[in-house]
Amino acid sequence: MRKFFTLFGREVRSYFYSPIAYIVLVFFLLLSGADIYFQLSFMNGKPVGYSVQEAFFNSIFFWFAFVLVFPLITMRLFSEEFKLGTIEPLMTAPVRDWQVVLAKFFGALFFYIVLWLPTLLYFAIFQFVTKQPAASSTGAYLGSYLMLLLLGMFYISVGCLASVLTKNQIVAAIISFCVITLLFFLGLVSFIVLDVDATTRQLLGYFSAIEQMGTLSRGEIDTRPMVLYTSMTIVMLSLTHLAFQTRKWRL
Amino acid sequence: MIKVEHLTKRYAGHTAVQDLSFEVGQGEIMGFLGPNGAGKSTTMRILSSFMPPTSGRASIAGYDIFEQSLQARSHLGYMPENVPLYGDMRVTEYLNYRAALKGVPHRRVPERVGDVKELCGLKEVEKKLIGALSKGFRQRVGLADALVHEPDLLILDEPTSGLDPNQIRQVRDLIKNLGKQHTILLSTHILPEVEMTCSRVIIINKGRIQACDTPENLLGGIRTATGIVLEAKVGTDNGAEQLKQITGVRDVTTATEGDWQTFSLRVESGADVREQVFQMAMMRRWSVRELSQRKATLEDVFVELTHAE
Repeated sequence: MRKFFTLFGREVRSYFYSPIAYIVLVFFLLLSGADIYFQLSFMNGKPVGYSVQEAFFNSIFFWFAFVLVFPLITMRLFSEEFKLGTIEPLMTAPVRDWQVVLAKFFGALFFYIVLWLPTLLYFAIFQFVTKQPAASSTGAYLGSYLMLLLLGMFYISVGCLASVLTKNQIVAAIISFCVITLLFFLGLVSFIVLDVDATTRQLLGYFSAIEQMGTLSRGEIDTRPMVLYTSMTIVMLSLTHLAFQTRKWRL
Repeated sequence: MIKVEHLTKRYAGHTAVQDLSFEVGQGEIMGFLGPNGAGKSTTMRILSSFMPPTSGRASIAGYDIFEQSLQARSHLGYMPENVPLYGDMRVTEYLNYRAALKGVPHRRVPERVGDVKELCGLKEVEKKLIGALSKGFRQRVGLADALVHEPDLLILDEPTSGLDPNQIRQVRDLIKNLGKQHTILLSTHILPEVEMTCSRVIIINKGRIQACDTPENLLGGIRTATGIVLEAKVGTDNGAEQLKQITGVRDVTTATEGDWQTFSLRVESGADVREQVFQMAMMRRWSVRELSQRKATLEDVFVELTHAE
């Protein structure tokens, strides 16, 4: 367990050593700040039938920032080690492949969580300024952030897999961006293509991050996305582990 | 300490290492010589469990590198060629991280890291970013990393490549000192280095072992005989023809520089014909300004073993 935490510590620190981390943080705060600003101005103008969380987590701004962020935080995970050759000292130390894979995954997940922490402040400020009791329940907070975590886990594991496949960070970023965007738009197919039958529509609905976010940010804690994203994350991490092991035979 | 049996590594299309077998005993400093692409790095990477062999077995400190890879790796300090390091970490920070990763007990980390910094002369750069270090210091960080968990065995892939002569001397002295407590397998192109530091030498070419012996024995068994150099003013004589008549002389090459001619004599193994050469020069009234014996170096052995097609 100590080796895992040693590796994890190195992963987390390496984010804050690189300028990419700060660029992502700033870019992300700008977009999410703009998001909450516009949502609140809109809600100020006329009464609406949804809560602040629902508005914040279901806007175009939010999804745009959301999908872009994963390639940026995962592209360097393995690619950089391959490129710099640091994979050699790393893997000749007595560590197991899965320890490295998990440390990289959780390191990225940690950074992702740090990315979201400031948004909690938005709601605190909202409460402070309006001096009103919360317009929505704890369930809505719980649901929204749970969904963020679940989807984050899954997309980060996709990013891990993309990064383990190549030593070129740009290629890794493009692969994960394409895959994540495709997965994301899978849920939108039923909105775009109208002549699909009910079963297909329902099936695609299961994969729709937007629909799931809609449900969870209302405070309805649905277990289906939990099962879906947790198991998909495990599948992706297993594939990453497998691909990581094949490096021995590719060399 | 190291036991290698019939190790073979094939890549798509070519064989990097073919049927390699050797042993390195406790406390030995084994030199690993060979031209570029001979399979030195491949062998070292296999021994450090970085890549698997196509066939054959190897063990380190009694642990099979494939079946008990983790134990084998904990007994091994490996310094890869070109020393890849995280440029964004500071020297002490990096060594702390590596010590923890290699299972040095938590309480002992500061002590061990302090020791290796001292040993490798890293005190003055301990707070610097690795990315900002010169090649010589990077090399030393790599060596400190290899040593930090007190391994029984060190595998060093070209520890002196890219260093200036002073740094080479420092690293060489360091390795010599380390050899008192550790078993070392090191690869290099620099032959005098091997003569000075290694107790045994393996010469490898095209993936096969060409020779494996002590430097002294290798020099003794060399087929290229030692040579004799004569620099003389021979006047109208055909010096080369004359010298060839001395028994024991196999071949004479001549180089002319003004009035002076330099004759390089290749002689039969073990023969020392300097006296006869001197007598001839006396008899024929040649002016001599140099007469010396050229001792065979490992370089001659190396060239002989790896160059002949």
